[in-house]
Amino acid sequence: MSNQLSHVFARCTKENRAALVGYLTAGDPSIATSEQLICALAEQVDIIEIGMPFSDPAADGPVIQAASERALQAGTKIKDVFLIAQKVRQLKPEIGIVLMGYANVPYTMGFEVFAKQARDSGVDGVLLVDIPAEESGICAKIFQTHGLSQIMLLAPTSTEQRIALAASIAQGFIYYVSLAGITGAEMGEVKGIQDKLSLIRQYTKLPICVGFGVKTPAQAESIATFADGVVVGSHFVSQITSNIDDDDAMLCALTSSASAMVQAMKW
Amino acid sequence: MDYDLEIKHAPDEGGHFGKYGGRFAAETLMQPLKEIEDAFFEAWADPAFHVERLDLLKNYVGRMTPLYHAKQLTHAVGGAQIYLKREDLNHTGAHKVNNTIGQALLARRMGKKKVIAETGAGQHGVATATVAAMFNMQCDIYMGKEDIRRQAPNVFRMKLLGANVIAVDSGTGTLKDAVNEALRVWVASCEDTYYIFGTAAGPHPFPLMVRQFHTVIGQEARKQCLEQAGRLPDVAVACVGGGSNAMGLLHPLWDDESVKLVAVEAGGHGLETGEHAASLAKGQPGIIHGSLSYVLDDEEGQISADAHSISAGLDYPGVGPELAHMMDVGRLDLDSATDDEALEAFEMLTKAEGIIPALESSHALAAGIRIASSMKPEEIVLINLSGRGDKDLNTVMDKFGFDVGAKDE
Ligand SMILES: Cc1ncc(COP(=O)(O)O)c(C=O)c1O
Repeated sequence: MSNQLSHVFARCTKENRAALVGYLTAGDPSIATSEQLICALAEQVDIIEIGMPFSDPAADGPVIQAASERALQAGTKIKDVFLIAQKVRQLKPEIGIVLMGYANVPYTMGFEVFAKQARDSGVDGVLLVDIPAEESGICAKIFQTHGLSQIMLLAPTSTEQRIALAASIAQGFIYYVSLAGITGAEMGEVKGIQDKLSLIRQYTKLPICVGFGVKTPAQAESIATFADGVVVGSHFVSQITSNIDDDDAMLCALTSSASAMVQAMKW
Repeated sequence: MDYDLEIKHAPDEGGHFGKYGGRFAAETLMQPLKEIEDAFFEAWADPAFHVERLDLLKNYVGRMTPLYHAKQLTHAVGGAQIYLKREDLNHTGAHKVNNTIGQALLARRMGKKKVIAETGAGQHGVATATVAAMFNMQCDIYMGKEDIRRQAPNVFRMKLLGANVIAVDSGTGTLKDAVNEALRVWVASCEDTYYIFGTAAGPHPFPLMVRQFHTVIGQEARKQCLEQAGRLPDVAVACVGGGSNAMGLLHPLWDDESVKLVAVEAGGHGLETGEHAASLAKGQPGIIHGSLSYVLDDEEGQISADAHSISAGLDYPGVGPELAHMMDVGRLDLDSATDDEALEAFEMLTKAEGIIPALESSHALAAGIRIASSMKPEEIVLINLSGRGDKDLNTVMDKFGFDVGAKDE
């Protein structure tokens, strides 16, 4: 199956809207429930980002840290992440699927094995938070060979030189982190984000998605006016947290918060 | 003393020592790390930086530290001559301050008003809080909840010194989680905050920089050994948590091919039990806290929650990348000491020499004593006594079932 990411953005451009990218951690709060939640979210978003739980999520705030801990507690393994991706792929052939996580999980498994299994599970792209452009040589070729897009992060602290470097190797889309902080913090100021995006666009033709701290439909709406995609993570995960004892309420809260985002991003 | 300021066995431009090291950090941290790297190289090339640093090391820290020929211990062991590098006599009681002085000077040079640090045993936290007090900088120390319990006296010292001690409850509540939390905070505050990393691990330039700030240990010991014994040691031994005291002692001896370099990891309950912190001996290459090195993790790449040592300062599932490199190229011998062996060495040194060592250093002692016992009297074993044991008295009292005998009438 061909890589869906470029089709997703082409479709959204045609519909004159930004893509909605939704994140959940695989295995949170349990493997079975997580599969349900991720599939439900996949019904509403253009790209699903599936978090690979890690014991030491140093770039994540309390919400996603807790999600990772719950997932590992529930016994989630990398094979479960792939199984969930497969389910999503069966359900939604046209969706974009991205795995997000930390380098040690695929490194330990072996990038080659990881890339093959990811691709076989219908994954389109991989975002490894702690593999910056300088270290991307460790996996770039392997991902490319297997047709996986290596998604690169850029941040408010990225200099022009770093933007150029990341742009030269990024595939699929660029993930712009709206603030200098961890996931779940308050979103950065819109004007600043907009300016940085204009700068990044001088170096790349790839779509740019903005994430970190997008919590309200109003924020999503304002970012959607100038970005190619809006990433919502902690806000979706916190629907799990606040309904932790009730799977039905969890699913309900997740779908309604996702549709609120979808509505807000429509023109 | 004249210190050699040449940077030897430098990593490549990206901070790689062979295949290890590098900068596996979130994009948000790449520029702040680059700024530290640039500031470090600029400072290291500036004679004025070293004048101030070495003056503080001499007159504030009390360097050079003695090299002590432990004759009583040597006699009790009955083998090679044992020499102790007395880092326990540094101000604050451990080697850690060599590094915090250097990095605090760098922070000031970079115009940062605030410093943060992680700590395990609390020694690096105390050393950071100390220099922060002296430089009048605001200071936050991140410390695992479990370690706060184990190292209460050091928590109190940090607070007295004016630092905020922030308990880290995530993960296993130990050193690795304190590093994660400090990284999270630093990402959001690097504009005005400098992160004083406490060991020769983490993303480039920390492994190189921390090593450089500690090479005073090995340079002094080398010279002192030549002066006192007329020759170099046959074996040099240091304990390894992340690797700062080990790199400090061993790195300046790298090119002295006759000297065997030994890194002692924490054997905890025994290497076969899985409850230890022997990343080099029992781990595998992995990526944690910004660098590629040996890591204790499972087949899924999840970092071990079972890393264990009686000494909080060694209880770390990773290790500095340069040590991994030295091991790969055959310039490092590995050894380990269990909790019990460390306690035995702790007691032995205390009784034989009237020196109470840190539990971390007791691991180096245990292995050093074992090695010395099978060597000849004309040979020399140099052991890094990285810190003093005052902070560990509670732990040791528990283990020995000691009662101070001050019961009410
Ligand atoms: C006295 C002492 N020795 C050794 C260590 C281990 O650290 P490193 O391996 O960085 O020297 C510590 C850490 O806290 C310590 O306090």
